[in-house]
Amino acid sequence: MIQVQYFARYREALGVDGEQLSWASELATLDDVRLLLLARGGVWALLAEQNLMCARNQELCSLSEPLADGDEVAFFPTVTGG
Amino acid sequence: MRIRVQVEAFDPGAELNALHAANVGIGAALGFVGYVRDFNEGQDVAGMFLEHYPGMTEKALAKIAAEAEQRWPLLRLEILHRIGQLQPGEPIVFVGTASAHRQAAFDACNFVMDYLKTRAPFWKQEQGGDGPRWVEGRCSDKDAAQRWDKA
Repeated sequence: MIQVQYFARYREALGVDGEQLSWASELATLDDVRLLLLARGGVWALLAEQNLMCARNQELCSLSEPLADGDEVAFFPTVTGG
Repeated sequence: MRIRVQVEAFDPGAELNALHAANVGIGAALGFVGYVRDFNEGQDVAGMFLEHYPGMTEKALAKIAAEAEQRWPLLRLEILHRIGQLQPGEPIVFVGTASAHRQAAFDACNFVMDYLKTRAPFWKQEQGGDGPRWVEGRCSDKDAAQRWDKA
């Protein structure tokens, strides 16, 4: 299983704050997860945004970050704290 | 270091005083306070909601603090960030740094704020006359953070 989390504008637009995806060996990186979600079409096109940020197991990473079964992945827009 | 992420309001003056807290080796204590403004990008702001990523937020702040402690000889480092509903005029964030001499405290404080703004998972949603709107990230924040990569 892969736990996927969405935050802020993405959470609102996608209408869901998280979901579980079945683990598959084709999901080698975070970008593979993103492409799987993008293929749903409609509002999921949001994940094609240039300034999308992502995290693996609660650490910022790049889309090329390798993925393992049981990971927690998050996609979110540019952070705006402070 | 001490990291706090909380809904409750805080007193910036008390935080700054506590930063020194009887450590007589401290020669310089610096406090940065970020506040909610009543306008942004030409629009009125009546309130602000701060969303975050529970679990990751604390880790991201601790990582930034650890990096600051590695780069500068700090005697104390505090990061306090609020979440939830805030009103204009309320403090959002406090970053306190203390060191024997002022330069380390100044630089570390600047660094922590630049990294916090680009690497800590917080998102601001402003409330105004036209309803709620998400604040977008600024290129200037990204540029500010990048200057520490070269240093």
